[in-house]
Order: sequence, then C-alpha cells, then structure tokens
Amino acid sequence: MKKDIINESTISFPALSRNESFARSAAAAFAAQTDPTVAEIAAVKTAVSEAVTNSIVHGYRDSSGTVTLVLRLYSDGTLYIAVKDRGSGIADIPQAMQPMFSTAPAEEERSGLGFTVMESFMDRVQVRSTLGKGTTVVMEKRMRSREKCLVGR
Amino acid sequence: MLKIYNDGKRMTAAIYGDIDHHAARELRAAMDEAISRSRPELLVIDMENVGFTDSSGIGLILGRTRAVEAYGGSVLIKNARPDIAAVISVSGLSGLLVKGANSTKGVNV
Ligand SMILES: Nc1ncnc2c1ncn2[C@@H]1O[C@H](COP(=O)(O)OP(=O)(O)OP(=O)(O)O)[C@@H](O)[C@H]1O
Ligand SMILES: [Mg+2]
Repeated sequence: MKKDIINESTISFPALSRNESFARSAAAAFAAQTDPTVAEIAAVKTAVSEAVTNSIVHGYRDSSGTVTLVLRLYSDGTLYIAVKDRGSGIADIPQAMQPMFSTAPAEEERSGLGFTVMESFMDRVQVRSTLGKGTTVVMEKRMRSREKCLVGR
Repeated sequence: MLKIYNDGKRMTAAIYGDIDHHAARELRAAMDEAISRSRPELLVIDMENVGFTDSSGIGLILGRTRAVEAYGGSVLIKNARPDIAAVISVSGLSGLLVKGANSTKGVNV
C-alpha cells in the first residue's frame, strides 16, 4: 500500500477568497520537501486552488464557514491532499465532475472546468459529498523526484 | 494588476500576478472597461508576468474572447509559461496561444 505517513499538516481558514492564494502557497511549501519539479509544484498549486475555490464559491455560497486543508506525505513519495468544507454539498457528483458543468450564474464566469483541471494535474481525485453537510475532495499525486531520492538511498 | 497598451487597432492587455477567483473580478472589470473604450480588432493578452492561473483564468479569457468576438474582433494570448499554458489547454483554448519571445523562459515557483 502507501506505507507510512512521514509528514502531515492540517490548516483551517475561513472561506474568504483571499485565502485561495494562502492555501495553494501552503500546499506548495509542504510539497517542497519532496524536491519537486516546477511542473509538479504548479500542478499541486493549481489543484489546491481549484478545490479551495470550489468550497468558497459553491460550498459556502449561502453561508460562511471553515475550509480545512490536510496535507500528507507518504514514504513512497505520494502527496495526499484533502480539502473539506461543511457547506451545501453536491447533489449529483458525476454530473458536477463533467467538463463544463457549473451551477454558478453566468455572470460569475465559472467555466465548469475545475474538476477537469484537478483530474488532469493529479493522479487521483475523489469526491465525497452529502447535501447540506459538506464536501471533501481527496487528491493524490506521486511526486517523482521523491521517488528518485528514495531509490537513491 | 493590468497594464493596457493601445497600438492602432491592436490592444495589449498585460496581466501581472496570480489569476484566481479572488483576482479575476478586478481584472475582468479593468479589461472590459478597456475593451469597450477602444473596441480593438485584436486583443493580445500578455501572460509574461502571470505566475499562476487556475480555471478562473480560463473563465476570464473565455469571457473577454466572447466580448471581443461579439463585434468581430479576435484574441491571442502570448508569453504564457508552460504551466500556465497547460491550464489554458484544458479548456481547448490552446488555439489562442502564440509563442512569444519569452515562451521558453524558465518558470518561477
Ligand atoms: N465544495 C463544493 N460544494 C458544493 N458544490 C460544489 C463544490 N465543488 C464543486 N461543486 C459543484 O460542482 C460544479 C463543478 O465544479 P467545477 O470546479 O468543475 O466547476 P465550477 O467551479 O463551476 O467552474 P470553474 O471551476 O471552472 O470556475 C460546481 O459548479 C458546483 O455546482
Ligand atoms: Mg471550480
């Protein structure tokens, strides 16, 4: 399996749009210990930004609340990221994950591509959601440079 | 932040900083104001100084492309770094990307 957790961090913050950049910077800082490539760091930042923005824009559309970001590094070089909110939840997850599907009003110019972006940059994206209870997006990416450095040991 | 350069019927909109949901609102307002004032035949979006984008950048580009194409104009994107171009490509907008002088420059993390 994924072996042991070698490092872990949990960060919670209020659902404010200015925390989108804070969250992706925190994820990039955590991922830095894997000695990532430029492309890997960009992928992690983009995926975290998508999930956190979704919690802020959709999850807490009609309410306010807290977003939690869990970061874990496994001994096989897998970076685990969970983004959780206790917002509105998603009625139909497969539909929500379809490219160009968005429930946001047109004037907000959401392209409906957030999940597609997450899936194209991460190895695994899993969504759990309960209407009225909230949403958790779990993503994983095998950090190649870490793999190399473990092999080299 | 946004800088606008007008050159005849061409307008260059140079975006500075990260494009995310937080930043997109202001960028959108500033670009729309410049577009409706000059109605450029060609809008060039210069991404040389953009260090990050997510799907909010896709929405920003799509919205401006619609506005410009509505009166017969067109849009190109120049100087997008590889990781920025990778996000834009998810949307199928990669046809707007042109290689600029700086397109092979290294990426700042
Ligand atoms: N955390 C969440 N809480 C509630 N609904 C969500 C959440 N995340 C996603 N959704 C739903 O899934 C849809 C698709 O999300 P996705 O990120 O793919 O597109 P978008 O956010 O609408 O647009 P974009 O991300 O391109 O700006 C959203 O429109 C929303 O209905
Ligand atoms: Mg989204």
